[in-house]
Amino acid sequence: MSIEAGVVLEERRDQVHRVGEGDFELACNRASLAGAVSQRACVFCGSRVVLYPVADALHLVHGPIGCAVYTWDIRGSLSSGPELHRNSFSTDLREKDVIFGGETKLADALDELIERHKPKAAFVYSTCIVGIIGDDMEAVCRKAEERHGIPVIPVMSEGFKGSKREGYLAACKALSRLVGTGDTSDISPVSINILGDFNLAGEIWILRKYYERMGVQVVANVTGDGRVADLRRAHGAALNVVQCSGATLALANMMQKEYGVPFVRASYVGIEDMAEALYVVAEHFKDKDPGIVERTSAVVRDELEAIMPELARLRKDLEGKSAAIYVGGAFKAFSLIKAFRHLGMKVSVVGSQTGTSEDYKELARVTDPGTIIVDDATPLELAAFVKEKNVDVFVGGIKERPIAYKLGVGFCDHNHERKLALEGFVGMLNFAREIHSSAMSPVWRFTPRRAEQRS
Amino acid sequence: MLLRHTPTEIKERKVLTINPAKTCQPIGAMYAAFGIHGCMPHSHGSQGCCAYHRSALTRHYKEPVSATTSSFTEGSSVFGGQANLLQALNNIFTVYEPDIVAVHTTCLSETIGDDLPQIVDKAKKDGLVPEGKKVIYCSTPSYVGSHVTGFSNMVKGMVNLLAESSGRHNGKVNIIPGWVEPSDMEELKRLASLMKVKHILFPDTSGVFNGPLDGTYRMFPEGGTSLQDLASAGDSSGTLALGEWASADAARALDAKCKVPCRVLDIPYGLAATDRFIDALHTLAGVPVPEEVERERGQLVDVISDYHMWLYHKKVALVGDPDQLIPLTEFLVSVDMCPVHIVTGTPGKAFEARIKEITKDVPYEVNVKAGGQADMFLLHQWIKNDPVDLIIGNTYCKYISRDEDIPMVRHGFPILDRVGHQYFPTVGYKGGLRLLEKILSALLDRKDRDDPEETFELVI
Repeated sequence: MSIEAGVVLEERRDQVHRVGEGDFELACNRASLAGAVSQRACVFCGSRVVLYPVADALHLVHGPIGCAVYTWDIRGSLSSGPELHRNSFSTDLREKDVIFGGETKLADALDELIERHKPKAAFVYSTCIVGIIGDDMEAVCRKAEERHGIPVIPVMSEGFKGSKREGYLAACKALSRLVGTGDTSDISPVSINILGDFNLAGEIWILRKYYERMGVQVVANVTGDGRVADLRRAHGAALNVVQCSGATLALANMMQKEYGVPFVRASYVGIEDMAEALYVVAEHFKDKDPGIVERTSAVVRDELEAIMPELARLRKDLEGKSAAIYVGGAFKAFSLIKAFRHLGMKVSVVGSQTGTSEDYKELARVTDPGTIIVDDATPLELAAFVKEKNVDVFVGGIKERPIAYKLGVGFCDHNHERKLALEGFVGMLNFAREIHSSAMSPVWRFTPRRAEQRS
Repeated sequence: MLLRHTPTEIKERKVLTINPAKTCQPIGAMYAAFGIHGCMPHSHGSQGCCAYHRSALTRHYKEPVSATTSSFTEGSSVFGGQANLLQALNNIFTVYEPDIVAVHTTCLSETIGDDLPQIVDKAKKDGLVPEGKKVIYCSTPSYVGSHVTGFSNMVKGMVNLLAESSGRHNGKVNIIPGWVEPSDMEELKRLASLMKVKHILFPDTSGVFNGPLDGTYRMFPEGGTSLQDLASAGDSSGTLALGEWASADAARALDAKCKVPCRVLDIPYGLAATDRFIDALHTLAGVPVPEEVERERGQLVDVISDYHMWLYHKKVALVGDPDQLIPLTEFLVSVDMCPVHIVTGTPGKAFEARIKEITKDVPYEVNVKAGGQADMFLLHQWIKNDPVDLIIGNTYCKYISRDEDIPMVRHGFPILDRVGHQYFPTVGYKGGLRLLEKILSALLDRKDRDDPEETFELVI
C-alpha cells in the first residue's frame, strides 16, 4: 500500500483515494502543482475544443503561432457541410506586436478573412500573451462587427487563467452572445438543443436520429456539426439536453435564467445512460405529446435488439478483466463504469483531470472497495496504479496511450482521437469492439510483463 | 474538398498566417531537451503549452512524453513566475529524480520578464538543486523565430551551461545533428562509427523516442546524450553543425566558449550533402573513407540510375524547415526532379537565396517563401495555379494532397498518421535510398492507379 510513497507528490496525497479505506475526502479542483507532469491543459484549450466544431464560423486565434497550430483540426469534429473550421487562422503575433500591441493586426486579419470566407460569425480567441499586452479585443471585435454585419465574438480564453474548465466557461459566454438573436417562430413545442456533444466520429448524427425517431425536433447542436443560425435561435427550443461534465453546463444555466429553457443532464455513453437520455426527454414532453413514451421505448428496444447478440459474444472473452479510466471530465467516468459492467469487467482505477468533489464522492459510491480514485494524475502515478491493479485495458486520451502500451496494456481512446462513434447504442457496441480488439490483442503476449505473469 | 475555402487567386497578405508551416519555439526546446539522457524538460509558463507540446510529440512518435510545467496562474502572471519555478524545481528533483532539468520559457514568462539565470541561481542557493544535478535553461519567446529557433536555443543552452574545457583534447568530434528524427541520429552515429571517428552527438533522441516495448514505463528512457559527454564536448577537436538554423548557433557558442572550431554543413539528406558530411568527417578526423561507406554510396547512385527516367522533370512542392528543405531540394534537383514550390514558416532571407541558387537551372519558375505568410495556404494556392506531381511535407499536406489528388511523401514534423520516421532514417546514403524509394513508390503507385488498361505495365 506504500505505492504512493514512491510516485505521488507529497502535496498530492489527498488527491488520491482508495475506496473503502478511511473516510472519503478527495481534494480536487485545485491548480496543478508546479513541477508536476500534469495531464491538464489550459483555458484556451478548453474554449477552443468547445467552439471549434461550429463549422460555418470563422475561428481566429489571436496570439503567437503555437496556440493555433496545436489546435488545428486535432479533434475530429465532423461537419456535414462547411469545413472552414478545419483551417487554422492565426494573427501569428511577433515581437513587434507584443511591444506595440496587436489590435491593428487583429482588425486587418478579421477584415481579410471575413471578406474572403463570408462566415456566419467569427470567434476570436484570446491567448496568454494577449491578456498580458492588454489588447482591447472587445473593442476590435465590436468595430469589426459594425464593419461586416456579422457577430464577431471575443472569447476571453487567456491560458493562464486556469484549466480547461475556465475555458469552457469562456466558450459558453461567447455562445450566449449568439443565442437569442435568431427567429424561433417555426420551432416545435417538442424540441431540444443537444449541448455538450462535439460530433466526434459523427456521434451527434446518431443522437439526432434517435431524437427525430421519437418525434423531437433538434434545434441546435452545441456544438458538434454546429451552425451559427441554429445557435442564434437555440433559445426557442423547449429543453436543453446537456452532456459532458463542465463543457456546456454554464450555457444551459444561462439559457435557463435568461430564456426560461429548462435543462436535463444526459450521457450518451453506455446502454443505460443512453436509454435514460432518451427517456428523460420523453418524460419531459409526454404531456405535450402522449405518444412519445411509446415511440421512445420502440427506439430503445430496436437499438438494443440490434446490438445485444454481438455484445454478448464479446462479453464472453472480456468477462473478469479489469480496466483503468482516466478522462477529462468525471461525468464520463460514471457512464464508462456502467458500460464496463455490461462487458463483465471491473474498473479498478478511475480518475479525471477536472472532476469536482461531488463527482469523486459519487465515483467512490459506485465503485468496488479497493478501487483507486485519483484527481489530476501524473504519468508515474497512472503507471504505478495500472501495474498494481494488473489492469487489462486503459481508457484515456492521447498522452496516456503510449504509457499503457509500454506497460503491455490495451487502450481505448475515449477522447479527441476516437475514430469510431462511442456514443449511442451502436457506440456501446463500437466501444465493446474497441475494448475487445485491444484487450484481446495477441501483441500483449509478446510483452515481458504479461509473459512473466502467464508462466 | 476539405480546403474548398482556399481561393486560386493569390492576394498578398500582410497580417495573417493560415495553415502554418511552422510552430512556436518552446516545442523545439522541449524536443532538443529530450536528447539529453535523464532530462526532464520544463516549460515555464501556463500548463496548456506543456500539454500541447507533449501531445504533439506523442502524436508524432507514439511514445510517452513527460515534461513538467510551472503551471502559471493569474497571480504568477502578475507577480512573476519565480515562486512557481522554484517550487517546480524542488518538486521535480524530489519526485521524478532526473539528472538534469532543462527549462525553457514561453511567451507568457518572457513578456512578464522572468529572469531565468537569476531564478535558477536562487534555486541553487536555496538548496533546491541536489548535489550533482544540473539545471539548464534558454529563452524561447513564441513570438520570435519558430520551433526551429527554440531547438537551436536549447542546444545553445546545453553548450553554454554544460560544455567545459579541461585543456586536454578528448580526440572526439562533436556532431550537432539538428532537428532530425531519432532514426537519423542513430544513422549519423553509425556512419561516424563506420568511419572510426570518435564522436559526441548532441542532442540525441535515439533510444528516447524509438524505444522498445518491454513492459516497463520509464519516465527517462535509455537514450540521450550523457551529461559527461555534454561536458566533454568542450574538449573535442572540432564540431560539425548540421544545419544553419538549428545547429550553427550552438557550434559557434562552443567555439567562443571552449575554442572548439566548427564547420556548418547541411543535414546530409541525399547524395551531395552526404558526400560533404563524409568528407568533413574524413578531413576533420584524418581518417580514410571505408569501403562500406563507398558501397552504400554506390547503391544509392545505382538506384538513381535504374529509375532516373521516372524522376525526370517531375514537379515537386515542398514544405518544412529550412535545414531540411535546403538539402532535400538539392537532392531532388540532383535526381533531375523539379522542386517548384517551396515554403517554410521559419523566417530567414538566406533560405530563399540558397533555394534560388540550388534551383537556378530548374526549367520552370520556382516559387520560394520563408516566414510569416509562407504557409500551407499559400503553398496550396501555388499548386492550384501550377500543379505538381508530388508533395513532400508533414502530415498537414494531406489536405492538399487529397483535394488536388496529388501523391505525397511524408517528411518533417509532425507526422501524425504514419509510422516509420522513428525507425528508418532519411539521412546518409541509406537514408537517401529510403527517400528515393518513398518518392518512386508514390509516383509509380499513382501511375499504376491512373494508367488506362492498355498502357498498364507489369514491369517498370
